[in-house]
Amino acid sequence: MSNPYLPVLILMVAALAFALGPLALAWIWAKKFSPKKPGPAKNATYECGLESKGDAWVQFKAEYYLYGIIFLIFDVETIFLLPFAVAFTGLSAGAFVAMMIFLLLLVEGLVWAWKKGVLNWE
Amino acid sequence: MDEGLRSELQKQGVFVTTLEELYNWGRKNSIWPLGFGLACCAIEMMAASMARWDLARFGAEVFRPSPRQADLMIVAGTVTKKMAPQVVRLYNQMSEPKYVIAMGACAISGGPFKQGYNVLKGIDRYIPVDVHIPGCPPRPEALIHAFMTLQEKIDAQQLKGEGRPRHLDPDAPSEFPIPEYGEHDLEPPKNPEVWRPAVVVR
Repeated sequence: MSNPYLPVLILMVAALAFALGPLALAWIWAKKFSPKKPGPAKNATYECGLESKGDAWVQFKAEYYLYGIIFLIFDVETIFLLPFAVAFTGLSAGAFVAMMIFLLLLVEGLVWAWKKGVLNWE
Repeated sequence: MDEGLRSELQKQGVFVTTLEELYNWGRKNSIWPLGFGLACCAIEMMAASMARWDLARFGAEVFRPSPRQADLMIVAGTVTKKMAPQVVRLYNQMSEPKYVIAMGACAISGGPFKQGYNVLKGIDRYIPVDVHIPGCPPRPEALIHAFMTLQEKIDAQQLKGEGRPRHLDPDAPSEFPIPEYGEHDLEPPKNPEVWRPAVVVR
């Protein structure tokens, strides 16, 4: 009685041969007929046609990120301000005060960042 | 192998081939061009690859974005002197075997800009061109004809011996010198090993 896993083994061997066979053939072909032809342009890392200049490890200024975060906060704020402005006439005094407190908190943050000199680009 | 014998064998249902024929057959039916357009000829090149002219019939519909995966460079359009180094560098970065079709009047000679100061007078000054197509721009049919010409050329290539193509010859150069900007012109203005100007016989 043969092992029930025998077909799996046969399939595995066939799959390996299917994958490795062409690679081996290509390798033999390259050995026998096609010589290797490397060169400085061919071995270059980039392939856009231009010579790469400088270093890939470029640093961005940290100020950029602070600038970006402050922009993002006020960018998101406008999303809240728009429905507030649309519904303004129908709002209660409590809702108005709540929105003003929300605005004040953010403006406070902006003033603090301004004082710290984050908005000065050097 | 003798052609008559092969034909007789074929009648009996026995097909014989050579390694060389098999190799050339495979290569000529899977020429992947580089997705590389320089000017208005590229529009015709795109048209040729689309449904109406359908370059896929020749196994060449896969325009590769990287020179490392491409077999054929179609120099489609005006090669300015600013662009020529990049064209040569891209050609150098393509893996062997590689072929070049110079498409259109500009790529083969400078075309309508031949008298200009900034246009290269034919890309065959720097890289070996296999097929030249005249026209301004050539129609997609002309490009397809160039493909078929190239396929015939590949089909006739030998695997061994003196007449073998460049990529099978270990002594043939792997890269061609990339020109640089000089004071007045590209330096060098041409690669004398590659450039074979047409001789007018009167």
